[in-house]
Amino acid sequence: MDPVTTTPRSAPRSAGPIAWGVVATAALGALIVAGSRKLAHFDAALVAYTFSVLFATFGLTYRYAMWLKRPPTDFYWRRGWQVFLRRGGRGGRLGRLAGLARHAVSDLALNRFIFARDRLRGLTHVLILWGCLLAVAITFPLVFGWLAFESEPGDPGLYRVIVFGFPAFAFPSDSVLAFFLFHGLVWASFLVIAGVMLAMRRRMREEGAAALQSFVEDFLPLILLFAVSLTGLMLTASYTWMHGYAYDFLAILHAVTVIFTFLWLPFGKFFHVFQRPAQIAVRFYKEAGREAEPERCARCGHGFTSKMHSEDLIEVERRLGFDYRIDPGKAGRPDHYQRVCPPCRRALLAAAQGAAWSGVRGGTLVAPGAAPAHVNPGLGEGPLGRADAENFHG
Amino acid sequence: MPVPADRHFYLDPARCIGCNACVQACSECDTHKGVSMIQLDFVDRARSTQTVPVVCMHCDQPTCAEVCPADAIKRTEDGVVQTARKARCIACNNCVLACPFGVPKMHDEANLMMKCDMCYDRTSRGLKPMCASVCPSQALFFGTREEIEALRPASRPVDGFRFGAQVITTRVRMLVPKSFAEPLLAVTAPLESAAAVEALDPLLANLYQESES
Repeated sequence: MDPVTTTPRSAPRSAGPIAWGVVATAALGALIVAGSRKLAHFDAALVAYTFSVLFATFGLTYRYAMWLKRPPTDFYWRRGWQVFLRRGGRGGRLGRLAGLARHAVSDLALNRFIFARDRLRGLTHVLILWGCLLAVAITFPLVFGWLAFESEPGDPGLYRVIVFGFPAFAFPSDSVLAFFLFHGLVWASFLVIAGVMLAMRRRMREEGAAALQSFVEDFLPLILLFAVSLTGLMLTASYTWMHGYAYDFLAILHAVTVIFTFLWLPFGKFFHVFQRPAQIAVRFYKEAGREAEPERCARCGHGFTSKMHSEDLIEVERRLGFDYRIDPGKAGRPDHYQRVCPPCRRALLAAAQGAAWSGVRGGTLVAPGAAPAHVNPGLGEGPLGRADAENFHG
Repeated sequence: MPVPADRHFYLDPARCIGCNACVQACSECDTHKGVSMIQLDFVDRARSTQTVPVVCMHCDQPTCAEVCPADAIKRTEDGVVQTARKARCIACNNCVLACPFGVPKMHDEANLMMKCDMCYDRTSRGLKPMCASVCPSQALFFGTREEIEALRPASRPVDGFRFGAQVITTRVRMLVPKSFAEPLLAVTAPLESAAAVEALDPLLANLYQESES
């Protein structure tokens, strides 16, 4: 086999993702028409928001579908569903369903893995996450006409909630519930602003963050969230304490910030919101791997990852244009470098250098296949967790 | 700011004395505070005291980045392969298992791959990476080509490595003797032929003083 130095990759075709984008956008459009009872409860003043959400839906679906076309993503997507829906396995399908709920709460709702990175960082993210979720839960149904408030005929002091065109509960407009409900976006903005301040503080103080951050990737999302929250609060301040001073201007300013944020959703950092649930699939894939046959290192014989993961990576690498095959013609030799564990890869690298110097400096042979060991894991070097301990035979 | 184009990392594992200074210094880097990224192994503890430090080799075409399903690993224009973007990494382990040099680590609890980023907060300001700044035997060296040539007149750097049929070129270079005629280091040679054996220079290399004579 001739060595290859490049990995030619053809750009994925975009026709499929465009079609998915159109389908998702059309589906949301149909739901808006149906949910607002043929636009009977649709608030025409919010039409710009609606169209920006429709555009964001197209963009997000398109990017998601393009993302799934990458060979490693495609593999994990299909394998994730396979291991989740398979028969048997520890706990069975019901056990995995419970696991799904557990992981969703731990990872997505509580962000426990971010707290493990840094507690202040975890708090920052939870504040922004729940502020945004609260705002989305309030505004999207309003913008789509799925939720509307009407004064009760005959009792103007009562507000009736209309959900998907159906009258739901009513409440007095001067009640505590009404105060909390109608100021929902104020509470959301408090959460977001607190989170944004903490994030900005970190980005302005940490040298590690400063070395890698960029305006578009790291500051623009924070600035957008802050602008949306602040202009929204200014609207409330205008009609509550300032007799509607500059309300029209503020309404347009707020709309501009919100619409820009929606349009930005598919392109920048906000896309991670839609990528992140994939980590739950990864958890199921790892669990399935631990129940399956391990890959045995072709050099030291230690088990490391699962054979399934190893085989999947071999195929992913092939599709990406990498060729780590070791001449398969020789019996008793590994067919692929993927079957060598990470510590043995480091040992082989050192051995290759030793071999280059052996004619100059002499040297002592080490036993082929001797298992390398971390020099001093107790001092912080070595495996960082369970996966490393398995893969580095630590 | 990019890492200056004339500064390179030179790796010479045969000079390593296993002092652990690099491990400790690495954990003080601001981009991965408190966690050491360098890999330091005994190669064959029963027969040799030789230790091997391995940092990220910063491949020109990084396999770790290509196999990442979340597109979390980016290579900056100065040739440094950055650690996983925290917002994207889904902790799938693909990078850990696909890296031909066995470099990345997985922080399970934090759901985050972590790896050497050549101390980007330092090197992007013209400073040496933490490990190279403390290595007493210069197994880890960061500087210009002229500096390394003056220090090691009998050595030359290689930046190409062969793994089976795959050739990987890197920003980090490894030192081989000037007399070494091959353009690449054949890392998988011991796996390919019964005749090829893994050879190391356990102690003599560390005491060896290089000269042109």
